[in-house]
Amino acid sequence: MSEQPSLAVVGAGPAGLAAALAAAGRGVRVTLVDAGDRAGGQFYRQPAPALAARPPQAPHHQGRTWKRLRDGLGRHRAAGRIVHLADHHVWCVAREEATGTFTVHSLLGPAQEEGGTVRADAVLLATGGYERVLPFPGWTLPGVVTAGGAQAMLKGALALPGRTAVIAGTGPLLLPVATALAAAGARVAALVESAGPAALLRRAPALVTQPGKLAEGAGYAVRLLRHGVRTLTRHTVVEAHGTDRLEAVTVSALDRDGRPRPGSARRIPCDTLAVGHGMLPHTDLAETLGCTLAGTAVRVDDEQRTDVPGVWAAGETTGVGGAALALAEGHIAGRSAAARLYGRAPDPRHWAPAARARTRLRAFATALDAVYVPPAGWADAVTDDTVVCRCEEVDAGEVREAVDVLGAGDLRTVKLLTRAGMGWCQGRMCAAGVAGLAGCPLTAGRRPFARPVPLGVLAALAGTEGEPGTE
Amino acid sequence: MRPLRRHSAHPPQPAPARPDETFTVTFDGRRLPALSGQTVAAVLWAAGVTAWRDTRGAGRPRGVFCGIGVCFDCLVTVDGRPNQRACLVPVRPGDAIRTQPGTGWADARPQDAGADHE
Ligand SMILES: Cc1cc2nc3c(=O)[nH]c(=O)nc-3n(C[C@H](O)[C@H](O)[C@H](O)COP(=O)(O)OP(=O)(O)OC[C@H]3O[C@@H](n4cnc5c(N)ncnc54)[C@H](O)[C@@H]3O)c2cc1C
Ligand code: FES
Repeated sequence: MSEQPSLAVVGAGPAGLAAALAAAGRGVRVTLVDAGDRAGGQFYRQPAPALAARPPQAPHHQGRTWKRLRDGLGRHRAAGRIVHLADHHVWCVAREEATGTFTVHSLLGPAQEEGGTVRADAVLLATGGYERVLPFPGWTLPGVVTAGGAQAMLKGALALPGRTAVIAGTGPLLLPVATALAAAGARVAALVESAGPAALLRRAPALVTQPGKLAEGAGYAVRLLRHGVRTLTRHTVVEAHGTDRLEAVTVSALDRDGRPRPGSARRIPCDTLAVGHGMLPHTDLAETLGCTLAGTAVRVDDEQRTDVPGVWAAGETTGVGGAALALAEGHIAGRSAAARLYGRAPDPRHWAPAARARTRLRAFATALDAVYVPPAGWADAVTDDTVVCRCEEVDAGEVREAVDVLGAGDLRTVKLLTRAGMGWCQGRMCAAGVAGLAGCPLTAGRRPFARPVPLGVLAALAGTEGEPGTE
Repeated sequence: MRPLRRHSAHPPQPAPARPDETFTVTFDGRRLPALSGQTVAAVLWAAGVTAWRDTRGAGRPRGVFCGIGVCFDCLVTVDGRPNQRACLVPVRPGDAIRTQPGTGWADARPQDAGADHE
């Protein structure tokens, strides 16, 4: 280990930024490796500087936190304590057994045809998550986008997909997305949420532990009212219509069993459908390193350590719970890593406020998870000719045949029999849908690499094996 | 292959404060205005274009889905390079953006055709 220990933080969202600042402030050399062209991750996604825009309507406290993170990053970078590698898509993190050090392999720029490597004494994974979207007839039509995707295009590129939008699915993300689209000038024809107010009320005790969060939700609701947005709870989109482009959606009320209530269907004309059913953590880098998962998230201890020595994880990658939780986890992870890299056991009392916030926010996230579940009968509404794997164009009928006729009982076998999950996105977009249709549990993907890697990059790597590293 | 013509009325665009630089790119030969810092997908959306790829199998139109580089639905050919993710790649002045049929390799420049992804 060099005199000043080094830490590679993968991901520059709230978790990665909080971790990088905490570690750099305690004498660790930090390399912050991120796929985005600017720091911020999903929550603090910034428009390109050339668009020179005001940041999107963020409540004031969020603006303050972002300013603190951004200014902190700027100071540490100026002092040479943090190196920020933007536009670096990490496809693999490898651990040298002999030395216990790490090599972070990335592809540069959006083109991703060149490779780069970073060496470090420890790594901290803060890669966030991506949206779960369950299939329904018509969901591959242009104009149907993920709710987070619509938000990301709006925040980062100030672009709207169309004039008239329906926001649908389930989860706390739908409210801010509907509000942002309405504020940006789209007509939001309806916000369609499959959870009902009754479910929220049942969880009320756990939810009121976070008055700030509830107030945030109420604030969005008020703004939606002001924009005249119609909110339909206990409703779902059963079909998206159009030939080459989205033209309308059919929305139905849900009965007590979570199935579309006969006779309740109505058609809403729209050119945009922003749809999402919650979030899933990115876990590929952790899996390749051999970290144990808990369900679909990376398992960590109280210090945010994974069970692989030298590997920390924070934010959505360890379980979905929002930006405030990501910040708290990142802070703890960064402090723990700094202490451990200097050979000390950290004193958790030093991060007690962050630990308290983490406990509270995790309880809140668990309560929300129980409220925002996709309707029980969603898979029955998927017709056989609905494409489920968007990349390989595998339809629901093929998945059902693999299960009913060929006897497939797990995601891997379905994948081998149908090719569902073998395309470009490596199953990220279809795994939840395929698992639901096949009636098997959603297991993590076991992808060889976190990104598709050009052969040239792999070949170049093989050629330099054993040579001293390039930094 | 069916002709790809899916242009709708231009959607409203949120006020792009003060762009440093505006320039033109082309999409299937048609000239479109662009701002530096915009992604290819944002430029196409602003022009009312929502699909710029045909799938390999059924030849169905696709455009942006996830918006963050995860789904690979938004693949497009930029200056002869196929399979670029439109939601990530920033536009540059003079870019020739083309709809991408199938795998995208059929009309790729020969020197790029060796770098297959798997
Ligand atoms: C598309 C989208 C939009 C969202 N919009 C909102 C919103 O408007 N409001 C809200 O409250 N919540 C939103 N969320 C939820 C939000 O993600 C979390 O609340 C919060 O941002 C989590 O912070 P994080 O640091 O864990 O992850 P993120 O903020 O997701 O940051 C992760 C970072 O890691 C980078 N990364 C991931 N994998 C790699 C890799 N292999 N190589 C290099 N870099 C990598 C990403 O580019 C990103 O910058 C959104 C989520 C998504 C997916
Ligand atoms: S829209 Fe998903 S990768 Fe571009």
